[in-house]
Amino acid sequence: MFDTLQDRLASVFKGLRSKGRLTEADVDSSMREIRIALLEADVNLGVVKEFIAAVKERLVGLEISKALNPTQQIVKIVNEELIAILGGETRRIRFAKQPPTVIMLAGLQGAGKTTLAGKLGRWLRSQNYSPLLVAADLQRPNAVNQLQIVGERAGVHVFAPEPGNGVGDPIQVARDSITHARNKLYDVVIVDTAGRLGIDEELMRQAADIKAAVNPHETLFIVDAMIGQDAVNTAKAFDEGVGVDGVVLTKLDGDARGGAALSIARVLGKPIMFASNGEKLEDFDLFHPDRMASRILGMGDVLTLIEQA
Amino acid sequence: ASSNNALARALADLLSVDQLDEDTWDDFEATLIASDLGVGPTTELTEALRRDFAVDGVSDPAQAKGILRDELVRLVDPTLDRTLNLEKDGDNPAVVLVVGVNGTGKTTTVGKLARVLVAEGKTVMLGAADTFRAAAAEQLATWGERVGVETVRSHEGADPASVAFDAVAKGAEAGVDVVIIDTAGRLHTKTGLMDELGKVKRVVEKKAKVSEVLLVLDATTGQNGMTQARIFGEVVDVTGVVLTKLDGSAKGGIVVQVQRELGVPVKLIGLGEGVDDLAPFDTHGFVAGILGE
Ligand SMILES: Nc1nc2c(ncn2[C@@H]2O[C@H](COP(=O)(O)OP(=O)(O)OP(=O)(O)O)[C@@H](O)[C@H]2O)c(=O)[nH]1
Ligand SMILES: Nc1nc2c(ncn2[C@@H]2O[C@H](COP(=O)(O)OP(=O)(O)OP(=O)(O)O)[C@@H](O)[C@H]2O)c(=O)[nH]1
Ligand SMILES: [Mg+2]
Ligand SMILES: [Mg+2]
Repeated sequence: MFDTLQDRLASVFKGLRSKGRLTEADVDSSMREIRIALLEADVNLGVVKEFIAAVKERLVGLEISKALNPTQQIVKIVNEELIAILGGETRRIRFAKQPPTVIMLAGLQGAGKTTLAGKLGRWLRSQNYSPLLVAADLQRPNAVNQLQIVGERAGVHVFAPEPGNGVGDPIQVARDSITHARNKLYDVVIVDTAGRLGIDEELMRQAADIKAAVNPHETLFIVDAMIGQDAVNTAKAFDEGVGVDGVVLTKLDGDARGGAALSIARVLGKPIMFASNGEKLEDFDLFHPDRMASRILGMGDVLTLIEQA
Repeated sequence: ASSNNALARALADLLSVDQLDEDTWDDFEATLIASDLGVGPTTELTEALRRDFAVDGVSDPAQAKGILRDELVRLVDPTLDRTLNLEKDGDNPAVVLVVGVNGTGKTTTVGKLARVLVAEGKTVMLGAADTFRAAAAEQLATWGERVGVETVRSHEGADPASVAFDAVAKGAEAGVDVVIIDTAGRLHTKTGLMDELGKVKRVVEKKAKVSEVLLVLDATTGQNGMTQARIFGEVVDVTGVVLTKLDGSAKGGIVVQVQRELGVPVKLIGLGEGVDDLAPFDTHGFVAGILGE
C-alpha cells in the first residue's frame, strides 16, 4: 500500500523517462491513483468524480516541463485544484456594525461545538472583544456545566439561565441572551447549541428557531475532521435546515486526512474559516487551505517536495 | 441497451461477458463507497461479483443486488460471537473498560449499557475515569442517576488510573456484578494519553481482570476508524466495538474492515441519545442499512 499520492504516481511513472507529452494512457492510470488517494482520504465519491474530470482536462496533452518529472507535475496540478476548491484566502468573521455580533454554532453530536465556543471566546478576548457564551444546549447531560467550566477557563462570561438536562427552552434562552448582551455591553455573542443529526427534522427545526431568535451574523457548521462519506449529506442537511455561513473543522490534531473538508467546501461553496486542533482552548487557528491540501494528499509540504527535484 | 430491436438486444446480451450494465455496477460501487466500507473492500467485492456474475450469467439487477447482499452478510459474518464477556473474576466484579477518540459516545454508551445490565437483574457501578474533560464526571453521574446506579468519581485532574481502581475496589466491596469504567476521549496519535490509558487498564488489573474492552466508534467516522481501532487495540487489547450514532444517515461501513483485519467483532450499536437506545449488533440489519433498504 502506498501512503501518499506521490508514491502512487511514482509507481505509475516508474521507468518512464521524460516523454515530452503525457499520453491519454498515462493520464488515465494517474487518474486511477488520484481517485484512490482521494477516496482513502474520505473525499465524497461524487466530488472525486468531478475533481478528476477537472484535473484530467488540464493534464491531457500537457507538456512535461524540463524542470519537473511527470509525478511532480501532476501533484502540482492536483494540489492547485484542491486549494482552489478549499478556498484561496481565509475569510474572517464579519463583525456587526451595531454590536453585538452574534455567532451561532451548529453541528452533529460530539463534533466539538462547546469546546469551540470556549476557543472562540478566548481568541476574541485576546483581541479585546468582550464575548458572551450562551448555554442553549439544554438537552445533553451536563452540557450547561461543561460550557460554564469552559467559559471559566477561557475567562469569558457565560449566560446560562436554565440548568439544562431537559429543563428550559433553548429558543427563549437564545432570545434572552441578546437582550442580556445589549444591557451588559457584550460585543460578541456565541451561541452553543445541542448536537443534532441532519435527518432529525424536529431538532433541525429547533435549530432554525434558535437562529430566528438571535439572527446571527455568522452561523458556523462545526464538523469533525474524521468524518467519512456522510459529510456531504450532513453538511447539506444543516445548510438547508439552518443555513450555514462558514465551516469549522475540528480534531485536526489527529491523523485523519480530512477529505471531508474538500467535499463540504465543494458542495456547500462556503468557506472553511477555522481549524480546531486540540482539546485545550489555545489549540485553535485560522484555516489554511494549502496545509489542508497537502494533508489530503498525504504529504508534508507539497511545494518543498516539488522543489526538491 | 440503446437498441430497441429485441433480437439485437438478446444477441448483445449473449455476447457480453458481463451482462449487467455499467450503471448497475456504478450504483453498487457508489453504495459501498458511500457507506465508508473503503476502496479496498469495495473493489474486492465488486470484482469478485463481476467474475461470478459473468460465469453464472446473472443479468437481472434485482437478483444481482440479492447476491451482493449475501456477499456483504458473509463479509460482516453473522457467525461471530458478539456476546459481552461479563464473567466475574472470583469475588471481584466483571470490569468493562470503555475507550475511544473524542466525542464518539463513550459516556452515553456507559449509561445505556448500565441500563441494559440493570434490566437483566445485574448490579452495576460506574467509574468516572475521565477526569480531564469539563464536566465529564458530572455527565456520567447524571447517567448513573438516570439508570439508578452509583458512580464513583474524584476531582477534576485526579489520576484516572486511581479513580478506575477505586471504582473496581468499591464495586468489589459492594459485591456488584459489573463495574463499567468511562475514560476520557483521546486521539490515538497522542502517545502520552495512550500510555495513560494503558496504565488505567494495568492498574485496574491489579485488583480484577478487565473482561471487556469496548472501543466506541462513531458511525460517521471514515477511513481513520481503522487506524483508531488498530492503535487502541495495541494499547488496551480491544475485545469489542460499539458502533454509535447509527440513527443518523451514516452507515458505519468502516467496522467491516475493523472486524476483518483486527478480528474484533462489533457487539453493540447506539441508536440515539436516550436511555434505551442501545442494541445488540445485527448483521442483517447492518447490511440492509448499507444497501439503503
Ligand atoms: N483532540 C481534539 N479533541 C477535541 C477538539 N475539539 C473538541 N474536542 C473534544 O471532543 C469532545 C467533544 O467536544 P464537545 O465540545 O463537547 O463537542 P460538542 O459538539 O459540543 O458535543 P455535543 O454538545 O454533545 O453535541 C470532547 O472530548 C472535546 O474535548 C479538537 O480540536 N481536538
Ligand atoms: N444520535 C446519537 N447521538 C449519540 C449517540 N451516542 C452518543 N450520542 C451523543 O453524542 C455526543 C457525545 O457523546 P458522549 O457520550 O459525551 O461522548 P464521549 O465519547 O463520552 O465524549 P468525550 O468524553 O468528550 O470524548 C452527545 O451529544 C451524545 O448525546 C447515538 O447513538 N446517537
Ligand atoms: Mg456541546
Ligand atoms: Mg465522555
